[in-house]
Amino acid sequence: MKRVYVNEQWCLGCRLCEYHCAFANSKESDMVKALKDKKIHPNIRVESKGNINFAVSCRHCEDPLCVRGCITGALQRVNGLITVDKDRCVHCYTCIVCCPYGAISPSEDGAIQKCELCIKNNNGIPACVKGCINQAIVYEER
Amino acid sequence: MRYLIIGNSAAAIGAVEGIREIDKVGSICLISDEMYHTYSRPLISYYLQGKTDKDKMKYRDSDFYEKNSCQPMLGDTAVKIDHKKGNVILESKNKVAYDKLLIATGSRAFIPPIDGLKNVKKKFTFMKFDDVLALEKELTQDSRVLIMGAGLIGLKCAEGIYGRVKSIDVVDLAPRILSSILDDEGAQIIKNRICDKINFKLGAKVDKFNHNLAYLSDGTIQEFDILIIAVGVRPNIEIFANCGGVVDKGIVTNEKQETSITNIYAAGDVCESYDSSCDSRRILAILPNAYAQGRVAGINMAGGSISNKDSLPINALGLFGTHMVTAGSYAGDSFADTKHGYKRLFIKDGILRGYIIIDHIDKAGIYTALIRDKAPLSSDDFNLIRVSPSLAAFSDAYRLRILSGSDNNI
Repeated sequence: MKRVYVNEQWCLGCRLCEYHCAFANSKESDMVKALKDKKIHPNIRVESKGNINFAVSCRHCEDPLCVRGCITGALQRVNGLITVDKDRCVHCYTCIVCCPYGAISPSEDGAIQKCELCIKNNNGIPACVKGCINQAIVYEER
Repeated sequence: MRYLIIGNSAAAIGAVEGIREIDKVGSICLISDEMYHTYSRPLISYYLQGKTDKDKMKYRDSDFYEKNSCQPMLGDTAVKIDHKKGNVILESKNKVAYDKLLIATGSRAFIPPIDGLKNVKKKFTFMKFDDVLALEKELTQDSRVLIMGAGLIGLKCAEGIYGRVKSIDVVDLAPRILSSILDDEGAQIIKNRICDKINFKLGAKVDKFNHNLAYLSDGTIQEFDILIIAVGVRPNIEIFANCGGVVDKGIVTNEKQETSITNIYAAGDVCESYDSSCDSRRILAILPNAYAQGRVAGINMAGGSISNKDSLPINALGLFGTHMVTAGSYAGDSFADTKHGYKRLFIKDGILRGYIIIDHIDKAGIYTALIRDKAPLSSDDFNLIRVSPSLAAFSDAYRLRILSGSDNNI
């Protein structure tokens, strides 16, 4: 299946992907309104090691430790996509302990949030990829 | 192939899903003495708080059994295994034949032998949905509740009933709360935050009861209306032990979850796990471990081949608004960071073995992965992740494999 893959040699560490992600999941139609003066909680986060930068988001693992560990069944794997039913999440954060990549985080309302490849916000291709100016993240089959 | 599963909770469900990964047609039958659709046991405290309801407590969707073509036999109890004939006898006298059997009978609350306990009228354990329904009937705004046990079950119960009762007293023999997952410092932080809601009597035990009076070992007498017993759990090994299977602390299995008896597997709270963080076998009565073992058992029962080499103790707990996560074993040198909440990392032989984190739990799973993988950490790498966990701690090759898909089998 298509996933967000990282070409870390191209990543500038500009964090535009983080902003595009936060905007795409904000339910606002205006980017300024969505992001200005706000602490953003994106589902993709840029990390660095020395002068190498790389954006980390859910890998949509075939063998997802988060789904296996979820105590409520809120996390499920549906057609390869790891998706969360926020209504069933009780904010225990077992998934955060399980995810080896640090790709799940608490949202502002307490339920967990994670990359769902922009399926739920109807973006078609993930907003982070669309907004990356350097093709340091791509959405493709590998 | 006829699969029979005794149990209907996380390990049992893991087994159903594991079997169906391999075998789409074999018959699967689940036996449970509880009448409910599979539900998540840890949610019972959330139920008392009104944060979930009976429907949302379902561990899998309502059509789970149908979708997986399995037949749940609810409200009956498995009483005897005849492994020579390959069947299980139920309390209803029915016999169910199997080709592969999974024991996923879980654990039950340990009831300590205390003088006078049998004369305490309103006493409850806190593990099953029926426990919470029975408890809820007795809760009133005037109830004085005494909880024996300041562990995960006792304190989640306290949180569940807080605001619905007059007072909550918790007594525990250990000198600190949550003694199985926190160190002294961490426990003190949590205790300080919740001691306005719960009265703690630590380092003390109940010597005897006289109806609604508890005589504590520190010489005090505690009056209560409702008693909750949460001093630990015991694996439900009897049905397996009685047919001659090998049992130590729990049912003994190999890495494939096979027991000492051919065609019988075990998974979850009822059996031992190999804890790779301290190289020892112990019972890890936690839901993620139960599911993982159940799935491994299911795959192997269906003819697949998979090993469950590494089980880790992991815990994630929210208590009165404070979040804490822990994993692994607390051995070796430790490094504390108290600038951002509380964090303590345990390192032995250059490998991360365990952690305790209160408040800033973000990306804690990266630490868990370092423990599970026994990843050697250079002092540079360690300094990099000490404050904030990051994939930077792993090798370049690992990072490329994960993020760039150089190995397609994520």
